[in-house]
Amino acid sequence: MNQPLIDLVNISKSFDGDIVLDDLNLSVQENTFVTLLGPSGCGKTTTLRIIGGFERPDKGSVIFSGNDITKLPPNKRQLNTVFQKYALFPHMNIAENIAFGLKIKGKSKSYIQDKIKYALKLVNLDGFENRSIDSLSGGQQQRIAIARAIVNEPKLLLLDEPLGALDLKLRQDMQYELIRLKNELGITFIYVTHDQEEALTMSDTIVVMNQGYIQQMGSPEQIYNEPENAFVADFIGESNIVNGIMVRDELVEIFGAKFPCVDKGFGQNVPVDVVIRPEDIDLLQPGEGSLDGIVTHLIFKGVHYEMEVTTPDGFEWLVHSTDMFPVGQKVSIHVDPFDIQIMNKPESEDEEALGVNE
Amino acid sequence: MNSPKTKYLAFPYIVWMIGFTIIPLALIVYYGLTDKTGSFTLENVLSIATPEHVKALFLSLALSLASTVICLLLAYPLAMILRKKGVGAGSFIVFIFILPMWMNFLLRTLAWQTLLEKSGVINGILSALGLPGIAIINTPWAIILGMVYNFLPFMVLPIYNILMKIDDNTINAAKDLGANSLQTFLHIWLPLSVPGIISGITMVFVPALTTFVISNLLGGSKILLIGNVIEQEFTRGSNWHLGSGLSLVLMVFILISMALIAKYDKNGEGSTF
Repeated sequence: MNQPLIDLVNISKSFDGDIVLDDLNLSVQENTFVTLLGPSGCGKTTTLRIIGGFERPDKGSVIFSGNDITKLPPNKRQLNTVFQKYALFPHMNIAENIAFGLKIKGKSKSYIQDKIKYALKLVNLDGFENRSIDSLSGGQQQRIAIARAIVNEPKLLLLDEPLGALDLKLRQDMQYELIRLKNELGITFIYVTHDQEEALTMSDTIVVMNQGYIQQMGSPEQIYNEPENAFVADFIGESNIVNGIMVRDELVEIFGAKFPCVDKGFGQNVPVDVVIRPEDIDLLQPGEGSLDGIVTHLIFKGVHYEMEVTTPDGFEWLVHSTDMFPVGQKVSIHVDPFDIQIMNKPESEDEEALGVNE
Repeated sequence: MNSPKTKYLAFPYIVWMIGFTIIPLALIVYYGLTDKTGSFTLENVLSIATPEHVKALFLSLALSLASTVICLLLAYPLAMILRKKGVGAGSFIVFIFILPMWMNFLLRTLAWQTLLEKSGVINGILSALGLPGIAIINTPWAIILGMVYNFLPFMVLPIYNILMKIDDNTINAAKDLGANSLQTFLHIWLPLSVPGIISGITMVFVPALTTFVISNLLGGSKILLIGNVIEQEFTRGSNWHLGSGLSLVLMVFILISMALIAKYDKNGEGSTF
């Protein structure tokens, strides 16, 4: 494995006695798109601000390309940030905004002119040099903020919920734009968001955070298909999380019904958490599946129907299906073995806090 | 928006403006441009050119400019500190700062007179410590001191308000792009706070230029500012025509300085490098 571009080692940070980050370790490889994902207050923005130099960690160190930069002020770090509300300089026009970093570094006029042209082209805003900030839409301002950061040729670009203020359509366009930019520029992106869809779309690696801890780190597929705990399963996409008993390897019992699965090594008759994605549930005629129930709710969502199936124990299963079953119809739940995800129950209360603490 | 009802709501203000702004202004213009017989003359206005009046006007300009500059130099760092303190502690300090303004302006200036007197409180303390006394009462310095003391809050507040409006991330962005503290100040803080500085300058310079109370109390009767000259024409000289004529000249001076500041403001925008 190469030397990581950025290495957070045992980072702790608290504000007024509230622990925001607790002994956090994170390595980011060069030329990857890493997303820090979590609910508000999970410490993702603080982590980003520590990398950017806007916060000092109470403990631990920040290693950048092998150098300890923990105590380095932001203006001496070889990275740039795209801020949440763009933070453009309102008293400068677009060209002056983009040129700011280069002028500070004392680059020549012709170099700066070329760079402005190049950056505006890159973000699809050619010819906007002399426009004022006020004349731009939110999406355009965001592009300028990105252009202003990348003209400095940072090795690492930090993005703090940059698409949060944009409407849905624009946000989706910008997601593709960011992926394209990252591939064209070949620089490392660390992206903070609370939007799981955004994270799944753009990232090479997703770091799911909650309450100052990293819950799981992995590719979007790993995070979605094999959540390591109930928090991750619940936070990423929709899911049914139920209590189950691992009867033996490859067999789990849920509400008295036996479901074959592919997980092994949990022991015999061990209580576990079972995660089943709503789109992985197949509805069959009564008696044909593993668990019978009644459709109690039906909504048409466009791509699929969203149904709730209540089983005799009272649990309401969320089901996504392109087949429609009317409310009141008796059905049977079937799940393919590899679509069942088994997780250990948290053993102690500490672990509980680490994982699911709603 | 402009329903008849809202129009009627503006009525009291229109009465107020006519009664207390338009009519007095018209009276001043009338008195300023006429003599005692009521016929038109420019004599009152032109009397500003007499050496005595020129001297008073220039002294006023010099002292009010000096006070404005001193206020600005004191207020800006203070406003920066207050902003960094955050809303809670910052607003408390601002409150402490404004507290003296609840006391009567005359009383506060009289207090300075007592403090600065030759046998006053300050000299008493200094001599008790074996230090040489200060003798600034009845000098221009005492007037500047009085102006700065009285008008400083009017400089602090607008600058503090404008600094509070500057987003932390705008400052962070400048640092992120490589600017050190001085560069951040010159290219971000300063240009973004220009509107606050302008209103602060206006709110200090104008009352300082026209004051006669501060110069009366702290300058003795020896130092005549243009405000004193006008006051004397109205009170002792009972020459309302001359007083009004000089007031008009002073008003023109204030308008010119405001126009200059506004012009600088426009030029200053966007040309931070």
